[in-house]
This record gives sequence, structure tokens and C-alpha cells, in this order.
Amino acid sequence: MQLARVIGTVVATVKTPGLEGVKLLVIQPLDRHLAPVGGQVVAADAIHMAGPGELVYFVAAREAAEAMPNRFVPVDHAIVGIVDAVTPLAGGEASAAAEPPPAAAQPASRSGPPRKARQATRP
Amino acid sequence: MKLARVVGTVVSTIKAPDFDGRTLLLCDLLDPSGAPSGGYTIAVDSVGAGAGETVLLLDEGTSARQVLSAPGAPIRTVVVGIVDAVTGEEAG
Repeated sequence: MQLARVIGTVVATVKTPGLEGVKLLVIQPLDRHLAPVGGQVVAADAIHMAGPGELVYFVAAREAAEAMPNRFVPVDHAIVGIVDAVTPLAGGEASAAAEPPPAAAQPASRSGPPRKARQATRP
Repeated sequence: MKLARVVGTVVSTIKAPDFDGRTLLLCDLLDPSGAPSGGYTIAVDSVGAGAGETVLLLDEGTSARQVLSAPGAPIRTVVVGIVDAVTGEEAG
């Protein structure tokens, strides 16, 4: 799995039957310092909660389809989680500078109607 | 399988149900000498690996799901071992 930023949505009226009801988002893969790396890809949103601007992680290849309700869909990239925080471990070499704080720590910059609605669903 | 070093964790509240209760480790990929080879991956832990440890990554979905006893989970990369030493011509 890798980190990515959601940068857009895809609407397709005509698509193969297996893709009906599948939410498609454009994502930009990131390196672990959250800098863009590689080309943008279209990923299915397996958690139905990701939106533009959000930091997510995605799984590629055959496993992407396993994340969907119907496991035999033609999907090769799927968003499987929204990142709250990337935490460097003491003893590791992760650079803390580029890591974002937990989402809850920055409500002012990330509050919006969709976000608030979704946060209400959090346990 | 691949060598990697654990450098962080990924915390996530909203995620696919198959990830509930699992630890996601941010791992830098290594070459055989132990130097970072540039890439990274997020892997599911199965051995209790900790910070800075060199680990063995399994990067194949069917085997990963078997290791985790999680059929149908959208998981491809799993930490399956903690490396004590790598020896050989290329290894440092």
C-alpha cells in the first residue's frame, strides 16, 4: 500500500457493468514525506468516505478488487483507508517534519460540510 | 520477498473493515547491503516488528491473506519476519 492525496473525482456514465455504483477518484501517489511521486491514477473508493484533498492509502493490483463489495470487479487501485497521521517511530528514520498532525488536531483547516457529516459517523 | 526497515506507523480511523485491529507499518525498502533503495510501502504487521528494525516483507496478496488468516482482505504486503542478519557477496 502507498500514501496518496485525492485530487479529483471521475464521473463515467458508460462503463462496464461491474463498475456500476463504484465511486472513482483521481489520486496522486505520494512518497513517505508526502511529496508527489509518479503519475496520477484513478482509484475506486472502497470506504465510500474519501474526498478531494484527503490523505489516503491505497492498495494496487488484484487486492484492490478484494476491497470492493463485489470482489470480481475490474478495479486495480482502491482506496482502503483515510490517514489520520503518519507517525515516525523513535529509532526509525522517518522524517517528522513533513508528517501531518492527526486530523483531529486541525479541524479549522479541514472543516466543511462533507467533512463534518463524515466525522459524525466516526466511533 | 523484500527487505525493509520500519520507519513509522500509519494511523487510520476510517478504513476498510479488514484492517480493524491491524498495525500498519511504514517501511523503507532496502537493498541487500541495508541501504534504502528509494521506495517505501505500507505493510500490515504480523510479527510485532518495531521501530528501526530490518524486516522481511511479503508482497503477494494470496500469501499475505493466508499469513493473516484473512481471506478476502484487500491486503497485499505483510511484515513476516524480523531480520537478524543478511550475509553474502552483496550484503554489507
